[in-house]
Amino acid sequence: MNPCNVAWMKQREIRDYRISLRGIQATMLILLLAAVPVWAGSSIAPKLDIGKGGQCVDDPKFMRKNHMKMIVHQRDETMRQGIRGGKFSLAGCVDCHASKKDNSVLGSNEHFCQGCHEFAAVKIDCFECHSSKRKVIAEVSK
Amino acid sequence: MSDKVNLGRRQFLSKTSAAIAGIAIAPGMLLFDFVHARPAGEAASGAVRWGMLIDTTQCESGCNECVTACNKENGLPVAKLPTDVQWIRKVELKQVSTGRQVSLPMMCQHCAEPPCVDVCPTKASFKRADGIVLVDKHRCIGCRYCMMACPYKARSFVHEPVLDHDSDMPRGKGTVESCTLCVNRIDRGELPACVEACAKAGHRAILFGDLNDPNSEIHLRIRSVASSQLRADLGLNPGISFVGL
Repeated sequence: MNPCNVAWMKQREIRDYRISLRGIQATMLILLLAAVPVWAGSSIAPKLDIGKGGQCVDDPKFMRKNHMKMIVHQRDETMRQGIRGGKFSLAGCVDCHASKKDNSVLGSNEHFCQGCHEFAAVKIDCFECHSSKRKVIAEVSK
Repeated sequence: MSDKVNLGRRQFLSKTSAAIAGIAIAPGMLLFDFVHARPAGEAASGAVRWGMLIDTTQCESGCNECVTACNKENGLPVAKLPTDVQWIRKVELKQVSTGRQVSLPMMCQHCAEPPCVDVCPTKASFKRADGIVLVDKHRCIGCRYCMMACPYKARSFVHEPVLDHDSDMPRGKGTVESCTLCVNRIDRGELPACVEACAKAGHRAILFGDLNDPNSEIHLRIRSVASSQLRADLGLNPGISFVGL
C-alpha cells in the first residue's frame, strides 16, 4: 500500500474520532442540563426525618460534605488525649437527629443517618459499636 | 402529683446535705478526696496519675457489688462462659499453709510500663497521659496479642455481637477491651463505678485518686500503710496497689 494513503486514512480516522467526541460532549451537556432541575427539585434526594433539627453545629452544606472528617478528628482527640466537650461529636449528631418517633438514627430510609448513607451508597460503621439511640432514652430503657 | 415530686426532692436534698455534713471534718475540709472534672477542651494531663489502693482487709468475701456496678455502668452482659467479657472479677485467695483467706477485686492494673501497649501491632492499646491504659477500638484488629502479654489476664475479647449499646461506652464484636477506670466518669469528675458501689455497700475497700498529688488521700495512705503491687517483680509498676496481701 502507498504510505501516503495510510497517512490520509489515519487523518480521516482522527477527524471521525474528534467528531464523535464532540457528540458525546453534547449529549453529556444535555443530560447534565436536564439533571440539574431534577436535583434542585430534590425529587430523587432522600426524604429524611431530621429529628429535633434546628441550628446545626455548623453550616448544613459544610456538614453534609465534611461531617465524617469532623467526627473522625474528634474521636481521635477524645479517645487518645481525653479532650471532651468539643463542638463535634457523634453523640451530638444522634442527639439532634434521632427520629422523634423511635429516638434512633437508623431503622429505615427516612432515618437521618441510614437514609442519606443508603442514598449515597456509603456504609456506616459507627453504629456497630456506638449507640444509635438518643442518650436519655437509651438510659431510661436500660 | 407536683407536691409529691417536690416532697421527694426536698427529702433528697436534706438527706444529701446531711450526708455531706457527715463526711466533712471541718467546714471546707472533706474526708473524701473528690476528683475534679477537667474543663471542656482540655487534654488529660501527664502531671496526674490515676490509681487505686485496694484494702483487702475491707473487701468482703462473697460481695460482688463492684462487679455488678461495673457491668451496669459499661453495659456488659453478665459473664456466664469463661470466654465472656469480664472487666473486673472477684478473686478469693487462700494461703494453704496457714489457711488465711483474702478476697479482692481484680481488674486491669493500669501499669506504668504496660506490656499490652508494647506488643500491640496497631497502637490500638495505649496509655493515656494520666496513666489510664485503654484500647482504641477504632484501631483494634482483634489479634489478642495484648491478652497474651498481660500477666494479670485483665483483658477480654468480645466474641458476640453487641446489640444493646451503652451511649457512654461504645463496644463492638472483634475487639479487645478491659477496665477503663471508668474514664468517662473520671473526665466528668466522678469516681469509678466500682469505687462508688463499694463505698455504697459500706466496705470502702477501694480508694481511688491521683497518685502524683502529694495531698490526695490515696497518696497519704500509700505513704503511711504497707501496700504491695501484684507481681512487682515484673517491674511494670501497676497503678493499683493492695493492702493486706
